[in-house]
Formats: sequence, C-alpha cells, structure tokens
Amino acid sequence: MHARNILDLAWLIPAFPASGAVLLLLVGKRIGEPKAGWVATALIGLSFVASVIAFFALRSLHPALRENVSQGFTWIQAGTFRVDFRFLVDPLSSTMTLFVTGIATLISMYAIGYMHGDERFSRFFAYICLFVASMLVLVLGSSFLMTFMGWEGVGLCSYLLISFWFERDTAAVAGKKAFITNRVGDFGFMLAMFLIFQKMGTLNYSALPAAHALPQSAVTAIALLLFVGAMGKSAQLPLHIWLPDAMEGPTPVSALIHAATMVTAGVFLLVRAHVFLDLSDHAATVVAWFGAITALFAATVALVQNDIKKVLAYSTVSQLGYMFLAIGVGSYTGAIFLMIAHAFFKALLFLGAGSVIHGMHDEQDMRRMGGLRKFLPITAGTFIIGWLAIAGIVPFAGFWAKDEILAKTWFSHSYALWAIGAGTALLTAFYMTRQVWLVFYGPERWRDDAELLGVEDTHDHDHAPEPHESPWTMYVPLLVLAVLSVVGGIIDLPFTNSRLNLLDRWLELPEAVHTPSFSAAFLLSTIALAVGVIGIVAGISVYRRGLRDDGTDPTVERLGGFAGVLQNAWYIDVGLARFVSGPVTAFARFLSDGVDRKGIDGAVNGVATAARAGSGGLRRLQTGLVRNYALGIALGAVLLLLYIATRVTF
Amino acid sequence: MSALAYPDRITATYYLILAAGLFTIGAVGLLIRKNTLVMFMCIELMLNAANLTFVSYASALNDISGQVIVFFTLVVAAAEVAVGLAIIIAIFRRRQSVNADDVDLLKG
Amino acid sequence: MAAVVFFACAAAVLIGALGVITGRNPVHSALFLLVTLVSIAVLYLQQHAQLVAAIQIVVYASAIVVLFLFVITLLGVDKHEAPDDAHPLQRVAAITLGVLLFTGIVVLVHGNDWVTGAPSTRGALGVPATGNVETLAKSLFTSFVWAFEMTAVLLVIAVVGSVVLARRSGHRPEVPEDDTAAAGVPESEGAAP
Repeated sequence: MHARNILDLAWLIPAFPASGAVLLLLVGKRIGEPKAGWVATALIGLSFVASVIAFFALRSLHPALRENVSQGFTWIQAGTFRVDFRFLVDPLSSTMTLFVTGIATLISMYAIGYMHGDERFSRFFAYICLFVASMLVLVLGSSFLMTFMGWEGVGLCSYLLISFWFERDTAAVAGKKAFITNRVGDFGFMLAMFLIFQKMGTLNYSALPAAHALPQSAVTAIALLLFVGAMGKSAQLPLHIWLPDAMEGPTPVSALIHAATMVTAGVFLLVRAHVFLDLSDHAATVVAWFGAITALFAATVALVQNDIKKVLAYSTVSQLGYMFLAIGVGSYTGAIFLMIAHAFFKALLFLGAGSVIHGMHDEQDMRRMGGLRKFLPITAGTFIIGWLAIAGIVPFAGFWAKDEILAKTWFSHSYALWAIGAGTALLTAFYMTRQVWLVFYGPERWRDDAELLGVEDTHDHDHAPEPHESPWTMYVPLLVLAVLSVVGGIIDLPFTNSRLNLLDRWLELPEAVHTPSFSAAFLLSTIALAVGVIGIVAGISVYRRGLRDDGTDPTVERLGGFAGVLQNAWYIDVGLARFVSGPVTAFARFLSDGVDRKGIDGAVNGVATAARAGSGGLRRLQTGLVRNYALGIALGAVLLLLYIATRVTF
Repeated sequence: MSALAYPDRITATYYLILAAGLFTIGAVGLLIRKNTLVMFMCIELMLNAANLTFVSYASALNDISGQVIVFFTLVVAAAEVAVGLAIIIAIFRRRQSVNADDVDLLKG
Repeated sequence: MAAVVFFACAAAVLIGALGVITGRNPVHSALFLLVTLVSIAVLYLQQHAQLVAAIQIVVYASAIVVLFLFVITLLGVDKHEAPDDAHPLQRVAAITLGVLLFTGIVVLVHGNDWVTGAPSTRGALGVPATGNVETLAKSLFTSFVWAFEMTAVLLVIAVVGSVVLARRSGHRPEVPEDDTAAAGVPESEGAAP
C-alpha cells in the first residue's frame, strides 16, 4: 500500500484505546480482573503497532514531504471559522505517538499487577484507555483546537485518575487541585487560540508558517499565552502546585501521566508552535528563565522530601524545567530528546517506586525503608539504572540529552542559565543518590516497625511482613524501561559529522545555535558529567549509613531553618492559599451573600412586596358600595367636563 | 307691574341652566342616598334634566330632532324603570332590604 | 307673562328635586318627584313641545310614579327610615362634585353661542303652520322609523325581563312570621306592572 494511504489510517491510532475505554466502561465489570487489564494493554499495544507502521510509512516518504493530513470531517463551521477533525502525521507527532503508546503499553501491563484486588479494577483501565486516546488526539491533531480537545481530555483523565481512590479526602482534593490549576493554564491556551484565529484566520497547523508576517507584539503575546497553557499542564512555576499532590493517585498513574506523557503535552505544544518562539526573542527568554528557575526550585525542594513519590514528583517538575529551558534557548530537538529520555527513566523510577511500595505493603516513607536491594533485586537493579540515567552519567540516556541542552545554552551565550542548569544537575544527582541510598542501601530501618507492619498489613497477600519482589507483570516493564534508559541515548548522539544524530535529522526542527567547535563541546560535556559525578559522590558520602542514629536526616540538619522552607516547597502553596484563595473566597462569599442574596433577591422580593403593598392600598378603593363607585363615575365626568370647559371657552 | 326686573325674553340659556341645576341635584342625591328606590328616582331626575335640555335646544335651533330624541328617551326611561324595579324586588326577596349598602359582595 | 310662568315652574322643579333627595320617607320622595315632573311638563308646553309634554304627563307623571309607589308599598319600605349615615367624606365629595358639575355646565352654556343659524335638519318645529304633532310624527316615521321600531322591541324585552326578574323562583325565602311590614310579600302574586 502506498505510504499516504497508510497514513490516512492514522485515526486508528487513537481509535484503539478509545474503543477500549468505551468497552471497559460498558462491560468492564463483567470482564473483571485481570482480563480487563489485558484488554486495555492489548488495545494500547495495537495502537503502538499502528504507530510503528505509521512511522515507517512516514519514513518512506521524501523528507520534504513528510507530512500527511488525513481526511476527516468538518467539525465546526461558523462563518469564517472552520475547524476540521483531521489527523496530522509528521515526524514530531509520529515520534510522540511512538513513545506515548509504547510507554503506555508497558505501564498498563504493570498496572495489572499493581491494581490487583482493587474493587474498581476495570474502571481504572477504562480511564487509562481514555487517557491514552486523548493524549493521542492531542498529539495527532491537525489544528490547535484538536490539540486543545485532547488537552482537555487528558486533564479530565488526570482528575479522574488522581482521585481514583476518592474515599480518601486528600485524593479528592488533589484531583480538584490538579484540574483547577490546569484550568488556569488552559485559560492562557484559549486566549492564545483566540489571538491566533484573529491574526491568522485559522487554527490549522498548516498555516503556521504564515506567522512570519505577523507583528512582533502579536507573536510575543501568542507565544507567552501558549506558555501559560504549557505552564499549567507541565507544572512550571507557579502552576506546579498540583503535581506533588497528584501523587495521591496510584503509582502507574503517576508514572504514565505525571512523568511520561501528560506533563509533556506542554513541551509538545511549544515545539509544535515553535515558529512563534523563533520570531519572538522576548518570549523565548521568558520561557527559558521560567524553565531554569523552576528546575532549580524543584531540585531544592526534592532534597528534603521523605515520601518516595514526592521526591520523584519534584524531580519531574525539575526535568520539565530543563525542557522549557531547552525550548527557550532554541534547542527544540534537545527538548524532545530529553522528553523521550525522561519518559523512559522517570517512568522506570516511578514504576520502581511503585514496586517498592507494593513490596513494603503500601509504605511510602523513605525513612522507614533501607537495605531493600536484598529483597527486591530486580526493582533495585532497574531503579539504579534509572538513577544513573537521571543523574546524567554516560552512556545512559539522560547524559546525552542533558548535555545537549546545556551545551546549547552555553553556546547561545546565556551563561547565567547555564550556571543554573549545571547547579540543578548537581542537585539532581545528589537527591537521587539520597533516595537510592535511603531505600536500597544502609540499615534496614523498617525492621524496627516490623510489628507495626504486621499489624497494619491490609494487603491481600497472606505472608510475613517482609518486603517481597513484585509479580512478573510488574517487573517486566521495569526491565524493558531499564534497557531503553541505557540505550535510549542512541537516538540523538551529538556527533554531527557522523550520521548519528538521528532525532535531529528526523525532526528537522530549526536549531538556532551552532556548536562552534568540537573541543568546546567536549569540554562542556566533561563538565556536565563531572557535575553529575560530584553530586553522586556527595550523596553517597552523606548517606552511606542511611539516616543518623537519632533518625534525623543529615541534609535537613545541615540546612537548619532553611530546611523548613524547602520542606514546605518555599511556602508557595501556603502563600497562594492565603493571598489568592483567601481573598477570592471572601469575594465570592460577598457576592453570594451580599450581592446575590440581599441585593438581587432583595430586589426581586422587593418588587413582590411593593406590588402587594400597592395592591393592598388600592384594594381599599373597592368598598363594595355602589355609591362609592357612582362617586367615581361622577368624579370622572366632572373632570372631563372641566377639561372641555377650559378648552372650549379659553 | 312690580319692581322686579323681568327679562324681556326667556332665552334658551335659562332653561339650560335650570336643567343643569336639576341634573346636579339628581347627581348629588344619587351619591348621597342609600335607599335604592330613592336612588332610582334621582336617576329619573337626571333623565328629565337631559330631556329638558333637548327640548330647549329644539326650540332654540328650531329643529324637531330634539323632540324626537326626547320621545325616545322617554320610552327608554320607561323600560328602564320597569326592569330596574323588577331587579330591586328580586334583590329585596333575597336580602329583605332595599339598602344599597347591604349589597357589598364586591368588597375587595 | 312667560317669565312668570318660567320662574314659577323653575322654582317648583327645584323644590321638587330637593324634596326628592332629602325626603326621609320614600313616599314623600315619590310625591316630590311628581311635582317636578309635572312642572317640567309645563315647561315643555312653554317651549312649543306639546306632544312631548303630553307624553311626559301620561308616561312619567302617572305611570312611572305610580309604579314607584306600588313597589314602595309592596316592599313595605314606606316607613320613615333612619337618617342616612353616609361616610362624611362621601357627602362632602358629592356636594363638591355637584358644585363643580353645575359650574362646568353653566360655563359651557353661558359663554357660547350654540346657534349656528343653519336651517333645521329635520324640519322646523311646526309652529304655527303645521301642528307640532304632525311634524313630530312625520319626522318619527320617516327619518327615525328604524329607531322607532327598535323601541318597540325594547319595550317587549323590558316587559319580558321584568316578568322574569320579579317572578318568584320556586322556594320561599325565609320570612319572619311576625314582621307585619313584609307580611304582604309572600301572599301577593308577583309585582309585574
């Protein structure tokens, strides 16, 4: 079949998981566990296969023609505003579909084991399928509006999945928080769409090259508004507040949505609309600085977190910051590269953490772990690979991606940003080392609470309170992801003279910076690697024996009072609650009580009361006596007469 | 003749003013009295005042139409009296009273 | 001479009217009404409206007044009734309105010359060439014949209506047995004229 014909079937890619969602919502309960999970995994797997086929079909086309918009139908037609429901397959979207569906398949398989015994098992997988379908629509959409549709869809699924265990108050609140914070970002996205439509007359991506004709102010505005949308979805400062709380959801959710796919939607959007950033230096600078500061901020907070998932959550925020830094300095390929690599190793880390939690009978506090590598060997091994990847150690995937970004930052003369990036890399290595050592090495602190563990064993399994390795459905994905984290770097090696920068050549995104010389680049790479190594060494030295004997964390001790600031995430949540939601709630209460109840209801009731009072007064005219009515007639007659008399005679 | 100054001609104006006065007295009586029969009589006074006006104009304008109208008015007044008194009797049967104030069912 | 007649009759009219509205006994009011009606008939005569005057006497002064007296005595309200306890505001308002009404009409009448000088539309009064009756009849049966027939219908309707209204409905109303004033009511048959 001709490649274009294959690509026209791109709608199948989101159709598989969408049908899975419908199927599981309708008859999921009857299918029951674990078949529901396998159905979901199979459908997402089919979607992956379709993505691979599409990838090869696209590859067979000439590079200049690698773009196919499939036939669709006209979705909205209102005057000059027209939006078509069509799918765009080009290198960027094809890459995204590949890793989204691939990782989703692995995580879905993992979740079969993780969600074992849950009473809403099939609904979980229905939501997962719905999420994957929305994410694919987001990525494959041929216009901003279709992307927005997928955007909203993943936001919804995020809410549904974060508050999956909604019996817990904290989970329900976290779901709400995620949705509302996303909404704030969506507002920026919508404004950007309005502007785009106003200036360019259409929302299709095919019209993007025409942005060169727009005035600078419009371009900057659009770029910044799109970044606001990305801020919400990708948890950048100050809209990052939902991501740590989103850890209330099951760990597969954290891995899939909040590490690998949904949070990368913001990055995807900016890369898709990169033309606006190309044209507006101001916007690009803003994006870069926000990204860098977010990265640093999140890394500092991750230093002192005790929950195994919260560390990874802040780590995600930090790595996303890196991606936006990359976009800001013009390294779009670097951002995508880091996104893919991050998806591999962060999903790996999250799934590994989930495995630990599962094995420790739902214990999530790292201070109560330790020495687990004896009991969970596969988890430990894969987790260590993930750790090395995120710390930026050669030849794991993270090193190449981070190095590319830092190099581009340096060579675009943003030395301050480079410094922030390097500092963050140091902190990243440090806190990840801390995590690995507290969990897998050192003394087994959980033994002290063995009795507690036994008493609190709410787990289905009926066994001794020792941590145990996970079932094969859980560790096979770990193994696959570990392999990917090791070799993933191969997709974009920076040796441009060789033909190994595959991603670069595939995506063909504009690179604003050029590496002047190989030696300079090599030097920077060495520095990046050194930074990572220093961080690791420092971490091991501090945490070699785990926590101190009295149970306190050495880092917290050394930071003293500042540790409190970090542990409360620089009091941003508290500050927002007091300075934003406080006044807003007070204002809403004022409107509801004062304006609505007293003012508007008062006016409406006042009208009724006035009518009643008026009629009560007028009622007394109806005396029932004929004489009085006759008086009225006489009065009228006299008035009429007087009127005529005055008119006629004068 | 006496010292009173008689007007040399009784023009229509005199009749008209007399009719006006009669009409006024009838109207006031209608508004003041409670007895329905007396109220009816006041209505008759007003009708007569109107008739007097018509006849005055007929003679002033030398036109027979005024008297024709009076003719009809008389007929209508007669019919009205018959029916009205029948109504008063019917009301009296129910309420044993010809007091207009007792018929106040429309009191709001 | 004409002036004397006029003023005498005018006085009679006004006194009769005042008697009607102030009579405590309805019978007195009816008799005063009779005075007024007869005086008005004389005034008609003075204005060359002979037929109308005759009809006034025959219909108004006799038939209608007699009818009134019939009903008064039938209903037994020919006694002296209590003084009228109208609301004071009603009295004041009535008299004020009366004054205003009178003033208004006088103003309208006095200051204007309503005579247009046009020839009469339906024929002259017929004095002295033709008789008044003849002129009236001619006008009545030619120009106003339609209205004339209508009045015939009207009279029939009035008769039927009054018979129906005044008829006893079938069950006797509760009448106190020892009320001599109302004693005549159940026994007599109907009150149709």
